Amino acid sequence: MNITKLYTIIACFLATNIIQAQQTPAPKQQKAIAIVGATAHIGNGKVIENSIIIFKNGKLETVADMSAIRINTTDMETINAQDQHVYPGFIIPNSTLGLVEIDAVRATQDSDEVGQMNPNIRSLIAYNAESKIVESMRPNGVLMGQITPRGGRISGTSSIVQFDAWNWEDAAIKANDGVHLNWPSPYSRGRWWLGEPNVLKPNTNYNNQVTELTDFFSASKAYLNGDKETDNLQYEGLSGVLSGSQKLFVHVNDEKGITDAVEFANSLKLNIVIVGGYQAYKVGSLLKQHNIPVILNRVHSRPNSDDEDYDLPFKVARLLVEQGVLVGLQANGDMERMNSRNLPFYAGTCVAYGLDKEDALKLITSNTAKILGIDDFCGTLEVGKDATLFISEGDALDMRTNILTKAFIQGRNISLETHQTELAKRYSDKYKNQ
Amino acid sequence: MIKKILFSIFVLCLYYTSAQDYVPKNDGVKAENTNYVAFTNATIHTTPTEVISNGTLLIKDGKVVSVGTNVSIPKNAVVHDLLEKHIYPSFIDVYSEFGVKKPQRAERSNAPQYDASREGYYWNDHIRPEQNAIEHYNFDSKNAEELRKAGFGVVNTHIADGIIRGTGSLIALAPNTNDAERILDDRSGQYYARSKSVTSNQAYPTSLMGKIALLKQVNYDAEWYAKGLSEVTDRSLEAFNNNKSLVQFMDAGNKMNALRFDKIGDEFNTQYVIIGGGDEYEMIKDIKATNATFVIPINFPDAYDMEDPFLSQAVSLSELREWNQRPSNPKVLHKNGISFALTLHDLKAPKEFKNQLLKAIEYGFDETAALESLTTIPAKTLGKEDSLGKLKPGYYANFLITSGEIFDKKTTLYENWVIGDRHEITPMDAIDMRGDYEFNVAGQKYDVSISGELNKPKSKVKTASHELGSKVMVNDDWVTLIFSSIDSTKQDYTRLTSKITSTNNFNGVAILPNGNESTFYATKKEGNNTSEEKKADKVNDKDTPKVFPITFPNEAYGFSELPKQETLLFRNATVWTNEADGILEQTDVLIKDGKIVKIGQNLNAGNAKVIDATGKHLTAGIIDEHTHIGISGGGNEAGQNSSAEVTIESIVNSEDVNIYRNLAGGVTSAQILHGSANPIGGRSAIIKLKWGESPDNLIYSNSPKFIKFALGENVKQSNWGDNVRSRFPQTRMGVEQVYIDYFNRAKAYDAAKKSGKPYRKDLELEVLAEILNKERFITCHSYVQSEINMLMKVADQFNFNINTFTHILEGYKVADKMKTHGVGGSTFSDWWAYKYEVNDAIPQNAAIMHNQGVVVAINSDDAEMSRRLNQETAKSVKYGGVSEEDAWKFVTLNPAKLLHIDDRVGSIKVGKDADVVLWNTNPLSIYAKAEKTIVDGIVYFDIDLDKQMRDAIKREKNELTTMMLQAKNKGLKTKPIEKKEREEFHCETIN
Repeated sequence: MNITKLYTIIACFLATNIIQAQQTPAPKQQKAIAIVGATAHIGNGKVIENSIIIFKNGKLETVADMSAIRINTTDMETINAQDQHVYPGFIIPNSTLGLVEIDAVRATQDSDEVGQMNPNIRSLIAYNAESKIVESMRPNGVLMGQITPRGGRISGTSSIVQFDAWNWEDAAIKANDGVHLNWPSPYSRGRWWLGEPNVLKPNTNYNNQVTELTDFFSASKAYLNGDKETDNLQYEGLSGVLSGSQKLFVHVNDEKGITDAVEFANSLKLNIVIVGGYQAYKVGSLLKQHNIPVILNRVHSRPNSDDEDYDLPFKVARLLVEQGVLVGLQANGDMERMNSRNLPFYAGTCVAYGLDKEDALKLITSNTAKILGIDDFCGTLEVGKDATLFISEGDALDMRTNILTKAFIQGRNISLETHQTELAKRYSDKYKNQ
Repeated sequence: MIKKILFSIFVLCLYYTSAQDYVPKNDGVKAENTNYVAFTNATIHTTPTEVISNGTLLIKDGKVVSVGTNVSIPKNAVVHDLLEKHIYPSFIDVYSEFGVKKPQRAERSNAPQYDASREGYYWNDHIRPEQNAIEHYNFDSKNAEELRKAGFGVVNTHIADGIIRGTGSLIALAPNTNDAERILDDRSGQYYARSKSVTSNQAYPTSLMGKIALLKQVNYDAEWYAKGLSEVTDRSLEAFNNNKSLVQFMDAGNKMNALRFDKIGDEFNTQYVIIGGGDEYEMIKDIKATNATFVIPINFPDAYDMEDPFLSQAVSLSELREWNQRPSNPKVLHKNGISFALTLHDLKAPKEFKNQLLKAIEYGFDETAALESLTTIPAKTLGKEDSLGKLKPGYYANFLITSGEIFDKKTTLYENWVIGDRHEITPMDAIDMRGDYEFNVAGQKYDVSISGELNKPKSKVKTASHELGSKVMVNDDWVTLIFSSIDSTKQDYTRLTSKITSTNNFNGVAILPNGNESTFYATKKEGNNTSEEKKADKVNDKDTPKVFPITFPNEAYGFSELPKQETLLFRNATVWTNEADGILEQTDVLIKDGKIVKIGQNLNAGNAKVIDATGKHLTAGIIDEHTHIGISGGGNEAGQNSSAEVTIESIVNSEDVNIYRNLAGGVTSAQILHGSANPIGGRSAIIKLKWGESPDNLIYSNSPKFIKFALGENVKQSNWGDNVRSRFPQTRMGVEQVYIDYFNRAKAYDAAKKSGKPYRKDLELEVLAEILNKERFITCHSYVQSEINMLMKVADQFNFNINTFTHILEGYKVADKMKTHGVGGSTFSDWWAYKYEVNDAIPQNAAIMHNQGVVVAINSDDAEMSRRLNQETAKSVKYGGVSEEDAWKFVTLNPAKLLHIDDRVGSIKVGKDADVVLWNTNPLSIYAKAEKTIVDGIVYFDIDLDKQMRDAIKREKNELTTMMLQAKNKGLKTKPIEKKEREEFHCETIN
């Protein structure tokens, strides 16, 4: 066997291995890192044109205008990022990333539990930190997500993770942050198997369904106040929401449902977030009055009815922001997991339809962090927060220029390669070498 | 089963023979009636346009003997004096299911059925021309009575089951005679519809386009069978050929289907009589151009109950308009000279007919035309204009006796005579009790208003302070009135009863709640109309109700007038030519007569409208190589593993709002593809997005011919559930064999066709032979490299090329082979992970194929993504480092090349079609918005006009909502809100 042949075999062996495995999580930040010369988009509306950003032990130490301060960076790893842009890592809320790998393969689906009242089930322990889809978020700047169960009336408890981890324990940045509730729909489908027309008609059970919810919450409260003679996992599952330590994410789209949900939250003194909010723009002042934020439906979607403005989903974030409501963006809907990497472009589209650029950036950074209750350690480029950020060649909200050169999660210099980039390299090389 | 048929024939024979002279009589003496019946002093409407006043109608043996003013009345005539009364020919319904038992539904099964359940008939169970309604018919006395009450004398009934349903029967609604007399014709027309037979679960056809193709194939097969070329007997085709000379009734159900089925008729020299849907006014020019006679239902929609402001948001402008505009449909049809009959079809009950008809008249439908549409036109449609629909000597004695003009609201129908037999609806001598009265009982003064129909009156009883529950009953010449006490907590009643002797008063005994008897005397108040009638009149006080104008299409964002071609000069634009010139700054472009005529600087405007495009970008319109918008009745024919016979061109839906939304995203052309349910799919429609035009005007003239093929999980039904395991192929190995088998057959077919010998025309093999002859191109849905490679090899084997691989998510793995084969790739920008076969899909795919010299396009397969294809192609810049100019070609020039329309569209070049888009900024930017989208020099989307339309939609919806609320307030019937769901189509959507 000659040496070239051996090398080829080894190279092939390595290549196959690389293709099979996911990216290895990056080691802990050893040395302080300084990014100099970039335009820093803080995430709270502010921009620093010629910035210096220093982080150490995973935390931001300095974020400043380079011309305003003088810092000795000799002991640091310095990254010259002139003409480039730095952003806080984007956050995808209400996501099923890591819970399902391939939509059509049932064996890979772990997002939807049976049963109606499941506050006790937890997404975190099913989160697959090694998902190929999760790693594909990173080259677009999406570095954190709220992993959320689906289905039932109360779907379960979500957790917030970062996207560079060996396992779910490593990944968690806020475990069990909130419980998710699917508000009763104003419409119900005719039971076609009983000969009723298979169409959507006003849901005559709506009031009963709301009462069921109120009853369930009241019963949980009573149980938690008592001496718990028997264990009730379902009631127990609401303890955080009822004590105020967890948020209740109410998934609801229609105007009346949102109004009812606000009333429901007030009467039970719950801390809620509206998720979906298709018609939230019609009740903006109510939401503002009660300080209730909205995680909006996917921007890249179509209006629900023929009569609505073609650009309604594109502009609805602006309509809410203008009313003073705190808004975050998500990617829910068809193929939501793989589509989550388009999060920055959803924000970009909001700009095309009237929102200020830095305000649009907030929808996927600081606003989302506030809504999820993680703004004390992420969501902006502010001193003391996690160094979860990335450098892009240009405007990260535009796909022509969202080209990442480096990304850091908690200061760790993460790989921007994926299953996909490796396949691309492998086959580009194949043609080059032919 | 056979026993049953024999028995019914036996019974039939009994009836039949009893009417004959030669039947033995053992139950009494022979009593033949040879009397005449004469109707004198009547206003006789012998036809809708001829009226004889003070005339006489003489009938005998079920037929009219004579009619006129000088009729001599034989001595053996029973005479009816009809002074001040009218006689009309009774109504005819040509589209009825009267007396025909509904066929039994086949037992449902989870596993699909591909083969027919029958033997000796056509291969498809839904083709049933051999059915005859007469064999499934039993006179239904109850239904006949309802129909007579609505004014009908004759109906043409049929078996409402299957796509071809066999022959109908013409039945007179005469209960006192027998089938020998009342069956006027037992082969009166052949019936067709869009719905499959419930008696079979055979899957094919699953789609509307499949039904259209099947209908064509039946016609071809019948022609071939008629020539005696079949070696076996096919009872269906035999029957079909026998029925060909009959009237052919086609239940199209809506305007676009009417156009679609009429076109099939044209191909086979058959003019169908088309059963419409009541929406013909929306495309009246096209409807007229069919030259068909129509049969129109008049089930006008009730208003929605709009009281709940939340729920009522679900009602769309088109639904609001439907309520407002549909009653004017008969008027519009008549005004446009379209011949049509009215039908009870789709109405819940015959008793609703009169009100609906009166509504149509209120909305301007001419009364004479209304009468024609119920008498002479249906008679003519059936070919019975010499015996039905008029009152002339020799015609059937089918007529109505009324108190006045037939379409007057107050007119009472007294009698309905069917083949000389009298049926009383309302006694002619009934005293008209209707009016307002007052009376005293036990010291209390009451007012009562009696209104409603003469023989079915309604009552309202009031005291000065209360309205009481009440009920009035008229039985011959007695009237009974019962009403509740003023104290509503007590459940007791006062009862009055009186013999009617006068129209001015009624009096008699009153039985009080305590059981005591008393007397009462009710006297009529002054005035002709009752207070209830006056109230009702107020509802209809306007002459014709307000009807909102239609738009094109008749829904939100439709144009009030179709936009016209303009001469436009774009001044000072950044022009993306897609040609050698590249991107030109500060350049003018002139378009005229639908073409690009000049590109340059400081062009002379002449009479062109100048558009200042400073700082803006002008590009060729986006072309979506793969979409499923703009179709009706499903985008997949999933009933067989090959469906080359179907074509999307037959089901283009020009009213899909996604067309407008695509225009707003800068799309001007698209290929609407068949789905991916089978290895050999259906043919495409390549369209221009001409919003507002009728379906055929969207399709490219001289359109290149395309067909969709598909590979992988969808065609092997991987994700269809565990019950779907029987159709070949279930593996990729089988997929190859499907192609080889079909192409072998197509080759043999083509050889037979070219040999000049007689051959059976087969739509499917015709299309496949076109591929072999390089006249038709394949766009193939594909994912993994193995299958991509396989199909290219199959094509090589049969000496043709695959034109395009669509989706082609592993194209990057075989880009070199694709280049060698000469096939293009039309892919998604970044979709993956939704199926196992897209596990290796990468967003660098487009760039890698492009770098290997493959012609690459970015497509949508999705009505949402298609309106952002500019963004999608920009992702090739990010992921694959493609230049902006090349990336832009991925959605314009390259798809034009792949579709073989690049000689007409795809770049800004003098002589090409003026399909251009004006953008506010670089079109690849996330911040780009289309401001004007122009097709053939016509502005179909304008961002400013869009704003105006939004305001107009809001105003109109508000006005119509108010009208609906008023309707409810006036006591008109309303229906609960129903939320319309959007039909969304992807490759995988199976209806």
